[in-house]
Order: sequence, then structure tokens, then C-alpha cells
Amino acid sequence: MVFPRQKLLAQKRDAAEARLAPLSLPQGGKWITAARENARARLSAMGLPVKRDEYWKYTDPATLTAAEAPEAALFQTADEAPLFDAQDRLKIVFVDGVFDAAASDDLALEGVEIALLSEAAQSDLHWARDLYGALEADGQKPVERPLATFNTAHATEGVLIRATGKAARPISLVYRRRDAGADAVLHHVVKLEPGAELTVLEDGPAAARFNQVMEADVADGATLHHVRAQGRDHERRTAAHLFARLGEGSVFKSFTLTANGAMVRNEAVIRLNGKGGVAHIAGTTVGDGAFHHDDTVFITHAAPGCESRQVFKKVLRHGAVGVFQGKILVEQPAQLTDGYQISQALLLDENAQFLAKPELEIYADDVKCSHGSTSGEIDPTSLFYLRARGIPDAEAKLLLVLAFLAEALDEIEDPSLAEDLRERIENWLRRHAD
Amino acid sequence: MAALDTTTKVRDEDVREGVDRETVETVQSMAGTYKHGWETDIEMEFAPKGLNEDIVRLISEKNEEPEWLTEWRLDAYRRWQTMESPDWAMLDIPPIDYQEQYYYAKPKSMVEKPKSLDEVDPKLLETYEKLGIPLKEQMILAGVEGAEEAPAEGRKVAVDAVFDSVSLGTTFKDELAKAGVIFCSISEAVREHPELVKKYLGSVVPQNDNYFAALNSAVFSDGSFVYVPPGVRCPMELSTYFRINAENTGQFERTLIIADKGSYVSYLEGCTAPKRDTHQLHAAVVEIVALEDAEVKYSTVQNWYPGDENGVGGIYNFVTKRADCREARAKVMWTQVETGSAVTWKYPSCILRGDDTQGEFYSIAITNNHQQADTGTKMIHLGKNSKSRIVSKGISAGFAQNTYRGLVTMHPKALNSRNYTQCDSLLIGDQCGAHTVPYIEVKNASSRVEHEATTSKVDDDQLFYCRSRGMDEEEAVALVVNGFCREVLQELPMEFAMEAQALVAISLEGSVG
Repeated sequence: MVFPRQKLLAQKRDAAEARLAPLSLPQGGKWITAARENARARLSAMGLPVKRDEYWKYTDPATLTAAEAPEAALFQTADEAPLFDAQDRLKIVFVDGVFDAAASDDLALEGVEIALLSEAAQSDLHWARDLYGALEADGQKPVERPLATFNTAHATEGVLIRATGKAARPISLVYRRRDAGADAVLHHVVKLEPGAELTVLEDGPAAARFNQVMEADVADGATLHHVRAQGRDHERRTAAHLFARLGEGSVFKSFTLTANGAMVRNEAVIRLNGKGGVAHIAGTTVGDGAFHHDDTVFITHAAPGCESRQVFKKVLRHGAVGVFQGKILVEQPAQLTDGYQISQALLLDENAQFLAKPELEIYADDVKCSHGSTSGEIDPTSLFYLRARGIPDAEAKLLLVLAFLAEALDEIEDPSLAEDLRERIENWLRRHAD
Repeated sequence: MAALDTTTKVRDEDVREGVDRETVETVQSMAGTYKHGWETDIEMEFAPKGLNEDIVRLISEKNEEPEWLTEWRLDAYRRWQTMESPDWAMLDIPPIDYQEQYYYAKPKSMVEKPKSLDEVDPKLLETYEKLGIPLKEQMILAGVEGAEEAPAEGRKVAVDAVFDSVSLGTTFKDELAKAGVIFCSISEAVREHPELVKKYLGSVVPQNDNYFAALNSAVFSDGSFVYVPPGVRCPMELSTYFRINAENTGQFERTLIIADKGSYVSYLEGCTAPKRDTHQLHAAVVEIVALEDAEVKYSTVQNWYPGDENGVGGIYNFVTKRADCREARAKVMWTQVETGSAVTWKYPSCILRGDDTQGEFYSIAITNNHQQADTGTKMIHLGKNSKSRIVSKGISAGFAQNTYRGLVTMHPKALNSRNYTQCDSLLIGDQCGAHTVPYIEVKNASSRVEHEATTSKVDDDQLFYCRSRGMDEEEAVALVVNGFCREVLQELPMEFAMEAQALVAISLEGSVG
């Protein structure tokens, strides 16, 4: 007799085997080959996610794990200037997951060492050795994230960034598309030495299917800001994983704007390892149509006196589905933890859905942890208030939606970056007014 | 129904101004730990140890059940064999050997069914009296005074007492019958009211609903049955008192409550078990059907033996409770105080099928020492304008783990529905855990769902305030905790509220320091 749980594991392993069989490990030097082989072995043991996985209860992973990337029509975004164009930044461009040297800036920035994974992988030794796939492997407990393991094994490109001081300008990763069926796998490693400061920007649709991992090691007293906008392409599919480890007194703030996208799963796995660390993860989702957006966040407080915030806001209509799975885990030594989590959805019509699982798991007693989750439509009283003051219906709704999203946008510390994104959102809302 | 021993007198000078007298009395009188840990020495009749189709048939035969029910049980047993014990709860349970349990135990004196409570073995009645439930007295009282002239003062509670696998008897039957209310053991209902049982049994919790419900469906031995006819307001509170006595015996009771159109009933459930070194299994199923405009209030004080301070022994409590608000404006309210059991796995739920239906869930779960509780509710909104409210208070002390797990789902057709959830956790000591696992599924825009949860420790300022007024630390904690639980305690019927308040204090004993 085969019981359901055994059957599930067998099914997952079969899926991994089917996916891996036609793929051979990319060629590379010793350090990367060791990391890739290790990842492949781990993946074979855990298998790929299937719909019946509890962690995939609200999101069907089928198109993310399939052998072939489903095609995604190229989307014209000529109505908007490229995001962050006005920012003084160091631009690194990838087209369908391939580095585009001509479109990129010179990879030189004071206080920061930047290398391409494709080049670093050829040497036998590299500083990234201790991080590449290591934070990803640590992030597999207590919940498995096989798509990230797949990425560690099969990514051939990415950027390896090591900051030793305060970077003069942000590093901006730009993901463009050219081919309707491209399947891109990128793996970035960001290491901040003690006291370093860096901002990483990301934007663009990347590929028809995009599997991305970013591993960030933020040492004692360092500060990393991360602002990401995932493009407007309707049919694109994305599985992005962000693994961060924070040292004593360090700060990590990440914000993601997701607009449209047939299937988007953004996972953030944060571990507060040193005293007094601060981690803020925020996101705003706007979806109109058959889109599925999943934000899955797992924050572990392993040291005392740390602060974490999760702020996620979703505006959904015409069949868009918003998912939020957030967790705060407070381990026994993490006394004096301050953990906060809020997930809210504004459903603009009866077809939209919001599915949430906001979790707390707490093993320390001297903590302050709270979470809230709400779902509803635009408050008719507020709308009436604005309408009574002569504001047209569409404009009033826009104002209320922007107000609803403000708490998440406030998590972006740099006001000019926040303004860039706010403008994007406003444009989107105006285009989708009806 | 006060299982609380209040023989210890509190001297007046001990009660200080501003201190809840109840709390002080409780803390003082509860010098020991688990109060119901004694055992009744009585001759029992057991079915052979282990579980197989013959045992299922035997149980069915003992209860003189019709063919369809035997088949229904066998079907459940076969389904159970293909299922796995659930592993998703935050519970650490060593594998249970289901062949090492007795599935049927009956006091010898009950083999020949007594015709009335007068014929029941006095030892059994003593057991219940010791627990604070004087079955016989109430019966006599009812006989003497007559139902019509029921005393104006003092509330009457009809009790169905279940001892291991069998129901001993039900009080106030005649008076209830006059109102048309059927309140009897489920085995009796199968014989006397087969049409009702056949129609509703398994209609809320199907045989294969989950592992423990399937097990219960196969081997349930007894439990209570309630039917309240249309338009009847049940004249008194109904109560079932469950007692596990025999060793290595699982208790599998099945309760079925049907509130017909426009009726009202309040139902109380209490449970205790003797102290033992081995774990004992309890897997119950409660089904409630509420028809149009009916209202059911179901309150539980669960005080099964929790095991000792090192986590040895205790009851494994795996319970499936579900209410179906089948028709418009039906209302069901679950209130539970969970203080006992080594392991609690329990999610009293409401299916809000009819339009304008209402479901409420109020819970206090207290875990101390090595207790583990994974409990919560499901509110499944299917009908328009349905409302639900969840208030859960989890308190964890010692090495205990306490999890709230819940589901609120708004189906696309459940327009204009509303849910409010509040779950608060309190940690006492730094070796325990408190967890919150809510699932929220909203599939239409006009419904509003709000969930909030907090976790904190007993506030130092509040403790200091109490301590500076001369309370010792345990008293102070008990007072603060009672305050923390107030919202839920208020929802309990009066007799239960007192017992529950007392239990809150006892369960935390020894957790300070």
C-alpha cells in the first residue's frame, strides 16, 4: 500500500528527474562545479514542487517547473520611459538572461567589486565560493525551495558584487526581452563587508520564463537597499528567490513592484543573525486580468533585539489572484524581537481573489509580534466623501487606491526612488481605470 | 456543573480590595495539580485489544445496530486504512500503535442495560458525583417536584454521562420529552429514531473527512444525540460529561445535534480522565446541523488528563467538530476552554451555507509543562451576508507549544460576508512557544475579512502593579491571565465560566518562577 505522502514525494522526485535528465551541468572551475553538483544532488532528493505541496497550496508551480518555458508575447511599453532612467546609476543589462556588454556600463565602481558569474565560474577559486548556493542551501529549512536549488545548479550567468565601502551610486540590473520563448536563469551574489552601503535596483520583464536567485550577505553594520520592479509583460512567468543573511546592526530593505505577469512567485528568505539587525520586506502588486502574484516571505529572528517588517499591498481586478504567505519565526535566543507583518488586498471587482497565510512561530517570550491581514473593496464612505467634494469617480478611486498602497511605498527609503515607483503605479492605475 | 472543589475556605482578611475573590479562592484551593486523576475501580467488559473488521462488527453488534450502520462503519474502517495520520499540525507525537488499544470498554454492571438511572451501579454514579455531576440527585429532584413546578431558582442542566465506551444515562429525559426535545445516547437514538440518525449521521463530517474522523466513524461506541423540533426553545441546558476510566482504552464518542427550524439549544461538554503513565487516545466527532433560524450554542471545557510535569502520560485528543448552518439565518456558536490533554488537535468549524448565517468561535487554549495544542477553527462562507467572528486566546507556559490554526474562506457567491478574527498569544516563560497559522481565502470583493494577531508576554507593569498590592506572583499571573481571557470567558454559560476561570488558574500552576 502506497500512502499519500510517499506518493507525493515520489511524484516530486519524478518531476525533478524529468526536468534534470536532458540537462547537463554547465562547465566551470572547481568552486562552482562543487556548488552545482551539491545543488543537483539536493534537488534530486527533495524533488520539484507540485500542486499538492502545502507550500504551493495557492500557486500552481506547473509552468515554472515544466521542461519548456511557455511562450510569452513581447509587450510594448513605449508609453513609458524606462524606469530609473533619471537615476545616476551603474547599469548592467541582460537580454533574455544573457549579459549585454554593449548596453551595459563599465563594471567599475569605487568601493565595489563587480564580476560576471560566467567569467568567475571559469576560475578555480573565487570569493563568492562561500556564498554561492550556501545561503540558498541554508534557506531550505524548514521549508524546501527547490526552484532556487535548480537555479544554483543550472545558472550560467549573474553578477557577483562585493562592496567594501559606501557605493557612490546604485547598481542597476536591467532585464530586457527579445525572444518570445526565452527561458532565463540568473544567480546573483551580493556581499557587503562590515559597514558597507549599497543600493541594488532591478527592473524589467527578463524573459518568457525567469528563474532568479539573489543571495545577499549583509555583514555587521552594513546597509543594503533593494528596489525592484518586475516589468509589465502580461504572459511572463517568474520565480524569484531572495536569500539574505544579516549581521549585527545591519540593515536590509527590499521593495518589489509587481505589475501583471501570468505567474509570479517572489520568495524572500531572511535570517537575522546578529543583534539589532533590521529587515524590511515590502511589496505592491497591481493586477488586472488573468494574473497570479504570489509573495512568500520567511523571516527568521535568530538573534536578540532585531526588528522585522513585512508590508504587502495588492490591488486586484478582472480575475487577478494575489497570494501572500508570510512568516515570522522567532527562535528561542531572539528575545526583544519586534516583528510586524501586514498583508492587505483591495479587490476592485467580484472576480479578484486574495489568498493569504500570515504565520507567526514564536519560541521566545519577551517579544512584540503582530500581524494583520485584511481584504475588502474600496470603502464606500471614503469614496462618497471625495465625490461629495466634487472629485470625479475615477479620480477619487485612484486617490483611494494610492492611499492604500502608500504604506508599502513608504518602505522605500530613498525619496526619489519611491517617487519613481509611485509614478509607475499611478500610470498603471490610470491605464487600468476601466 | 462545578467540578471545582471549593471546600477550602478563604478567610475574609485574605481577600484584598480590588482582587477578584474567585481567583484568590481558586489559586488557594488548587494546591494539587490535576484534580480528576483518580480512577474508579470497577469491573469492565472489554472487546479484544486491537482493531480489525471483526472489532468494528462487534461494536456494532453490542450496540444492537441495524445492518446499514454496520456497513457504514466498515466502509469508514476500510477508508481509514488507506489514510495517513495528519502531520501538518505543529505537534510532536510519537507514532501511535492502533493495535495496542481497546476499542470497546463497558462497565460489567452495564451489560444488562439498566432501565433507569436508579438501576445504575452506585459506583458509577459516585464517579460522577465526585466529578461534581450528581446525576441521581438531579433525577430525583425532577421526580419529586415534577416538571411543571420546576424551581424558579437555579438552572437545570440535563446530563448525558459517558463512561469509557457507553452512555450511563441521561437525566431530565421526561421533562425534555414534554417539550419534544430528544436527548439520549446515540446508541439509543439509533434504535429509537433511526430515520433521524440515518438522515444526518455523517452529513456534516463524512466518514473519510480525515484520519481521526474515519477512525471514529468505524469504532464510535457512544455519545449524545440531540434533536430539537421546529420552533422549540430547549427548556434547559443540555450537557454531556465524558469520562475515560479504563486503561489503554480509546474513547470514541460521536455527538449529533440537530436544531430544526427556529429552535434553540445550548449544549455543554466536559471531559476528564485518570492519571496514567501511558498516553490514551480520544478521537471524537461532533456534528451539528442548524436549519432555518435555528441557533446552537456549544460550549466545551476540556480537561482531560494533561500528563505530568515531565510530559509522561496524558490524553491524545483528536477531535473533529463541525457545524453546518444549512439554511438561512442559522447561527452556531462554539466556545471552548482547552486546558487538558497532552496533545490537542481540534478545529471546531462552521459551514455557513445558508444566507445570513452566523458562526462564532471563542477559544481559550492553555498549555503548560509539555502539553501541545494545535487548535483553531474554520469558517467557510458559502451563503450571502454570512458573518463570522473568531476570538482565540492561547496561553503557553513551561515547555508547552500552543498553535492557533484557522481557515476563513469567502466563496465567490458569499457576497457581502464578513469575518473578524482576533488571536492573541501569551507566553509565560522562555521555553515555550506560541504560533499562529491562519489561512485566509477571499474570492469576492464585497466581503470584508480582517485578521489580527499579537504575541506578547505577561506584562511586567501589570505584574508589578498586582505584586505591589500584596499578591504573590502566582496570584498575580492568574489575575492577569484571567483578564487576558475575559472576552472568551464572558461567552460561556455561567456554570462553565466559573469552572473555566478556575481551570485557567490551575493549569498555569507552577509555571511562574
